[in-house]
Amino acid sequence: MTSNWLTHSLVFFAAAVVAVPLARALGLGAIIGYLGAGIAIGPSGLALVSDPDTTLHFAEFGVVLMLFLVGLELEPRRLWALRRPIFGAGTAQLVACACALGAVAVLAGVPWRWAVVAALGLALSSTAVALQVMGERNLLPTRSGQSGFAILLFQDVAAIPILALLPLLGRKGDASGNPWMDAAEALGVVAAIVLVGRLLLRHGLRWVASSRTPEVFTAASLGLVVGIAVLMQAVGLSMALDAFLGKVLLAESEYKRELETDVEPFKGLLLGLFFMAVGMSIDFAALRQHPWIVAALLLGFMGLKTLVLALLARALELPAQERPVWVLLLAQGGEFAFVVFQQATQAGVFRDEIGSVLTGTVALSMLLTPLLLVALDRWVAPRLAATKAAAALEPEHLLNEPQDAPVILCGYGRYGQIVGRLLYASGHKVTILEHDADQVAVVRRFGFRAFYGDATRLDLLRTAGAEQARVIVVAVDDVDQSLKIVDLAQAHFPQAQLVVRARNVQHHYALRERGVVHIERETFESALASGRSVLALMGHEPHHAWQLAMRFRRFNQAIVERTWPHRQDSQKLVALAKQGSRQLEEFFSQERAERARARSGANWEPGEAPRER
Amino acid sequence: MPAVVTLQPPGRPVRVLVLLAHPDRGHSRVNAHLQHHLSRRFAEPTAALEVVLRDLYSLYPDFAIDVEAEQQALARADLIVWQHPLQWYSMPALMKLWLDEVLTHGWAYGHGGHALAGKDLWLVLSTGGSEAAYQPQGYNRHFFDAFLSPYEQTAALCGLRFLPPLVLHGAHAIDAATLEAHAEVYAQRLASWPDWPEIADLPDCPACDTPAQDRPSARGSQP
Repeated sequence: MTSNWLTHSLVFFAAAVVAVPLARALGLGAIIGYLGAGIAIGPSGLALVSDPDTTLHFAEFGVVLMLFLVGLELEPRRLWALRRPIFGAGTAQLVACACALGAVAVLAGVPWRWAVVAALGLALSSTAVALQVMGERNLLPTRSGQSGFAILLFQDVAAIPILALLPLLGRKGDASGNPWMDAAEALGVVAAIVLVGRLLLRHGLRWVASSRTPEVFTAASLGLVVGIAVLMQAVGLSMALDAFLGKVLLAESEYKRELETDVEPFKGLLLGLFFMAVGMSIDFAALRQHPWIVAALLLGFMGLKTLVLALLARALELPAQERPVWVLLLAQGGEFAFVVFQQATQAGVFRDEIGSVLTGTVALSMLLTPLLLVALDRWVAPRLAATKAAAALEPEHLLNEPQDAPVILCGYGRYGQIVGRLLYASGHKVTILEHDADQVAVVRRFGFRAFYGDATRLDLLRTAGAEQARVIVVAVDDVDQSLKIVDLAQAHFPQAQLVVRARNVQHHYALRERGVVHIERETFESALASGRSVLALMGHEPHHAWQLAMRFRRFNQAIVERTWPHRQDSQKLVALAKQGSRQLEEFFSQERAERARARSGANWEPGEAPRER
Repeated sequence: MPAVVTLQPPGRPVRVLVLLAHPDRGHSRVNAHLQHHLSRRFAEPTAALEVVLRDLYSLYPDFAIDVEAEQQALARADLIVWQHPLQWYSMPALMKLWLDEVLTHGWAYGHGGHALAGKDLWLVLSTGGSEAAYQPQGYNRHFFDAFLSPYEQTAALCGLRFLPPLVLHGAHAIDAATLEAHAEVYAQRLASWPDWPEIADLPDCPACDTPAQDRPSARGSQP
């Protein structure tokens, strides 16, 4: 038994370690890697792991932890602010998608019970995939991210009544007793958890935290989530609701951050396991028996949902560039569908075979989504952004007339704006190029002459007056674009001095390699200023704090300057960096010792060794 | 103009370090002109002379002085020139900070501090006030030399020989020809150092051995 458990773990870890980096290298993302690893080791693949259901069940916990973490970010006040998207957009999405799917199914001659269950199940979307993708792409704070999150949250809650509905539809419906009683019982448990949790949890956590044993706190946080999950399952509620409750209980507690860091690593691993389990549970045998049905089902349900969601996106007035990803993420099937179809099969709504075909279709859609996303990024999104932006633009935002300002500023985001405003305030003429049409519209409202345009285009730089410009400022976010602009400018406008924003040290190295001199690492100066504040708060005189920061700055810049010729040689790079920080430490401790000596007056004693510098 | 200009010497040169301090060179007439004149004049290797110009306000616009680099430059030089406009009867703020931070105890002065001993220090100053203003009857109420004693004593404490300063009075009102002549004198003096007639008449640098109780104490104050 033990050895079995160990071999299974080994198989899982090994598959993940091989498949995920491989998928990353192919540009496909971690989710596809996990799914692929799951298919490979599952019953349909090498059959190394035979019991995907148990694994799936276990790994669902990863989804719970993810929801829990997302939920921690959601304070009740924010949740209240989201009530309209949750219940408005959420209801709209679920009802519209389910109705459309159900109607088409009934029209196609599917028995109504099947149609209802299938439609409700397929209308749900994968919270795991969607949140992971939105997190990776930093979409959560955007409008589409917010509404997407709200809809997913609503779905998670809605899964509960859907599951409760199944016995009513099933032929063995009576077996599970009165569904209304079940619902009441469930509500009672939720209320009890909230009440008890609010009262006891904080004191409990404080008591655990006072033991000052970090791993016990981790155990307590995980135990808390597991505990609520067990209670939830006992009354037949979704584990996702557990996460929701957990966060309601904890979002405002002072232990929020600690919980977050404790649970985070478990989330990542279990989520990976979950995706692997999804890959494993694809029943390729069932799919092979009805390939056309599966294909039609897959295309049909995703197509239909895409259509409904596209309309919904328009109704919600989501920004055009964010729509394709939003639609795609919600159009896929979700992990709750597995539960719904499993329960439906158990409840006797339909045969096992139909259950596995539906489950397989959903799993395929989850496999397909990341692939579609890659395709979307590569072919649709750039074109859409370009045409849409051009269409939305006022004609005067386009750069048609040649400009003659001596400074050209490429990129007018957070960084470029500061550069630009300083230059404007000092009375200099600047031509601004910005590739985000909305941003152009915004800054124009503030009276800056910004033009919409892609500064990596040579003709556009020419029109902007790059041939006469004295300075070209490259303040764009994207490293590749930044280097491209630098290359263009050096090749075609050698008279212009380049002032470049570096995103990170690697970018800095690449710029130095091109001979650029005026480079600022974008976070370096502000981080130094924060460091100065800390030094001052720790009791250093403000001027001394400034001196230390300046010394650190010079030292650090010298190290970067020394290291960039070795940027390809990571060993040498590490050695140089280590040497540099050692020197800095020595330098600073020497300085401290001198100050201490100066304070004590000891440096004036005769016979004292002279200070070497 | 670059902040540090090294003018190439042939063979073992006489090494001159010129420290320029002008907080607003864009509006400078005299000092900017002198700087140009020097870099033009010594661009060609005419003599066995290396002239390094360090423009402090260009090097350290944020007042973060690289002490090590400054001390290295000083250690190399035979003749050290401080060129700046007189402001409030003293040096511009960055020049003063330069003194505070670069001329450290144990290096430039005090026990074991002999890095500068035996070198020459030459002031090249400009003043807004005319020569007549620097009279007991003038509005500055003192002879110009009276304002130089802190410089002289700074030099003495570091073992530097204090050469007679080159001063241009009434810098705001000066005509182009006088300025040109002044610049030429400046350049010629640099080129002919140390063969100056008056150097022979200068006394030796006074030895300044500060008694222990007069040295900066627990308060960390410096001379």
